[in-house]
Amino acid sequence: MKYEANIGLEVHVQLSTKSKIFCGCSTRFGARPNSQTCPVCLGLPGSLPVLNKEVLNRAVKVALALNCKIAGKLKFDRKNYFYPDLPKNYQISQFGEPLSYQGYLEVAGRRIGIVRVHLEEDAGKLVHPELSVKTSLVDFNRAGIPLLEIVSTPEISSPEEAYRYLSLLKSILGYLEISDCNMEKGSLRCDANVSIRPQGTASLGAKVEIKNMNSFKGVKDALSYELSRQEKMLAGGERIIQETRLWDAAEGVTKSMRSKEEAHDYRYFPEPDLVPFVIEPAEIEAIKDQLPELPGSKKERFKKDYFLSDYDAGVLISSKDLADYFEECVKSYNNPKQISNWITGEVLAQLNLRHVRIKELGLLASHLAELIKMVDSEEINIKMAKQILPELIEKKSSPAEIVKNRGLVQVSSKDQLAGIIDKAIEDNPGSVKDYQGGKVRALEFLVGRVMRQTKGMANPRMVNEILKERLKNS
Amino acid sequence: MGLNELTAHEMLAKIKKKEICSHEVVKDIFKQIECFEKDINAYVFLDKQASLNQAKARPAGIPVAVKDNICTKGKPTTCGSKILSGFRPPYNAGVIQKLEASKAVFIGKTNMDEFAFGSSTETSCFGPTRNPWNLKTIPGGSSGGSAAAVSADQAILAIGSDTGGSIRQPAAMCGVVGLKPTYGRVSRFGLIAFASSLDQIGVITKDVEDAALLLNMIAGHDPCDSTSVDLAVPDYTQVLRAGVKGLKIGIPKEYFGRGIDREVEDSVRNAIKKLSDLGAECREVSLPHTEFAVSVYYILAPAEASSNLARYDGIQYGYRAKEENLLDTYFDTRKQGFGREVKRRVILGTYALSSGYYEAYYIKAQKVRTLLKKDFDKVFSRYDLILTPTSPTPAFNIGEKINDPLKMYLSDILTIPVNLAGLPAVSIPCGFTASGLPIGLQIIAKPFNEEAIFKCAYAFEQNTGYHLKKPEIEHK
Ligand SMILES: [Zn+2]
Repeated sequence: MKYEANIGLEVHVQLSTKSKIFCGCSTRFGARPNSQTCPVCLGLPGSLPVLNKEVLNRAVKVALALNCKIAGKLKFDRKNYFYPDLPKNYQISQFGEPLSYQGYLEVAGRRIGIVRVHLEEDAGKLVHPELSVKTSLVDFNRAGIPLLEIVSTPEISSPEEAYRYLSLLKSILGYLEISDCNMEKGSLRCDANVSIRPQGTASLGAKVEIKNMNSFKGVKDALSYELSRQEKMLAGGERIIQETRLWDAAEGVTKSMRSKEEAHDYRYFPEPDLVPFVIEPAEIEAIKDQLPELPGSKKERFKKDYFLSDYDAGVLISSKDLADYFEECVKSYNNPKQISNWITGEVLAQLNLRHVRIKELGLLASHLAELIKMVDSEEINIKMAKQILPELIEKKSSPAEIVKNRGLVQVSSKDQLAGIIDKAIEDNPGSVKDYQGGKVRALEFLVGRVMRQTKGMANPRMVNEILKERLKNS
Repeated sequence: MGLNELTAHEMLAKIKKKEICSHEVVKDIFKQIECFEKDINAYVFLDKQASLNQAKARPAGIPVAVKDNICTKGKPTTCGSKILSGFRPPYNAGVIQKLEASKAVFIGKTNMDEFAFGSSTETSCFGPTRNPWNLKTIPGGSSGGSAAAVSADQAILAIGSDTGGSIRQPAAMCGVVGLKPTYGRVSRFGLIAFASSLDQIGVITKDVEDAALLLNMIAGHDPCDSTSVDLAVPDYTQVLRAGVKGLKIGIPKEYFGRGIDREVEDSVRNAIKKLSDLGAECREVSLPHTEFAVSVYYILAPAEASSNLARYDGIQYGYRAKEENLLDTYFDTRKQGFGREVKRRVILGTYALSSGYYEAYYIKAQKVRTLLKKDFDKVFSRYDLILTPTSPTPAFNIGEKINDPLKMYLSDILTIPVNLAGLPAVSIPCGFTASGLPIGLQIIAKPFNEEAIFKCAYAFEQNTGYHLKKPEIEHK
């Protein structure tokens, strides 16, 4: 029997505001434990939360970018549960009326629904200094960092689609500059709900929740494993039970969590310490006006304005920085097609080699543009240009300077070339014969000789032209 | 007469004339405390030397006693509970910051029902406070320590908190003035929460003018409390002498009758007549949903409290039971750290919020709360004030109701509706029982109209003089 998958993703994103959601404490990552806390985020007796407006602005930005409706009133609820890293033993979250709802994300031509996007505060972190010692420490620096929970409808149909959904979501969040989306640092966390059902049937199968995935690849692998596990179970006549499972990346399997965790009754009720806060339509409009161009529309524009292929445009818009870099280059030198080729080829290769992002590479857009321009105007050939690129990055001098310093100016003088070409003809009579006998490829051999003789500095187009002319005449 | 018997305004007048300074007043206060505190038990924390030093540095500073559920930086703040033993907050509550700015002198922390759950100050882990008018009786609660301290001249002014009547009811029983301002008028920042949507800090004083003075000191917006309202604060001492002529006063018929002590009702009726004589227009009105107030309160207040008290788990501060694992640490910390009444209300609130009962209890109670509010809105569209008794009975005996929670809960039947509607209200002395126990009159106004309350309360007080009578405190 064929099965189809229903995958829903719950993504938690840390908003990179300077201060926490309900107090003025810093959100900097990696500070000394408990150095960034105050009575409010420690939940000390008598402390009260006060909403950080910047958090709201950022949350609305995300909601709008995900095509969501925005609630007119911002209301918070308490989610009650005991856990040692939770300072008040309740979490201020949104339950009854989320900030925004009914949105969608267009993933490779398919619309994935967004059920809701809501705000909540993060909890602290347990630290276990040594496994042998029966002690746990609590670091509350993370407590009160603003989180945005983005819940998709369970209509993602494959691990690959989940991967694409997450990539696009991450790219959008990057465009909005509201989170660094670093899964290792915990600024982006993802849980998944997975169920399968016989193809064509209507009702959803038993839902399994998967936690503990800490990379995009982890999500994909965990989902693949879980889907095949469930298919095998059904095929073997077993029933799937609703449960929470943890992804074990080392073993590549999902494992059942104790089912005791399931019996939660969070006893949600409206947070009485925060008065409901009205979001004026004018404020939403103002935020809408500030929204940057998002990946989807940028891609379309790149295709239309710069005549780029769907693939090239897709690569360029994958990060806002890269897209901005591309456009900066085009501003310096109007040859989008060549610039795109260089960025998606040589420049990306350099990024991968050095494990950096474009902003950290140190290659000025104007320098890259100049380099490409020199190739186009035949001052240097493409081989030379590729040699120069790493030097541009490391020395930060302009291409013209490097070319000058290395004496790399292309040999384009007919007189200079003529002598070298004549010598090549003299030295290789066999190839001349072959060419004249109709073997076109023999010409390539002769061009190669000339190039080697000039240490690659000859203008290959001219060498070609002159050679053909000479061979015709001789 | 000791200087501790002065009111704040009398004290300020004498300081202005350079007849006395704060240091001498504080000395007399401690003399009084040393004499009677063993009998009354109004305080849970005193630091005589620190108070005297502070008074020296602040020659015009008025001595204030603070309820033990208000955070005082570096000084014990325990809510009358073992679970907060050893807790010294690293910060001052909003009202303490304001008192500091007014250069008040801090006398000590006053006793209270554990986490303010109670109407008799009997549930404190520090033992009960006794009523200065009769040591066999309770002082009311939960701000019983503050009311007793002011009544016994062990403080000039006191701060209390009021969730269902916890300022007004003890004020009535101790024969002093107790004012609960409008919800949002005074910052709740640093007030250890009982029920967030009902809690309000207020004042307990010897007369109405002092209440106006102290409210001036603590009222106003606090950016650290988003429920505090950003509204200009009038000078309440300026409206006192305006008189009651033309004030329209509603007398809700539901507040008189069954369960109200005869002597209480008589005193309040006399007060109404007095105010009519002074020119107020008093008419009977109806607040039809009054009978549901106590039920609504005992759903909502424990619901919020169960969540607010969840943080006392022995992890960060306060009492921690020594146990091997986390679950046992939680269980035993809370089992050993909380008293019976706290456990009762936490269980009640947890039940009311649990799925399956939430709609039937919490949601239903919120709906009735809205109806109660509407009752008041309707009356206040035509009346300036509402007059009622504060407490259905005068002070009862220690131990009399402690094992009968339902009977105890009815002590606040006349004050609870005011908290549910977020209104301001005062209790002032309006008479005495034959056995010499004080009786209180409750004056309620619409939100942010504390001024109307002050006009009426001051006119009554100045034309009657019940506030001048002092308890003759006997030793136990
Ligand atoms: Zn903080």
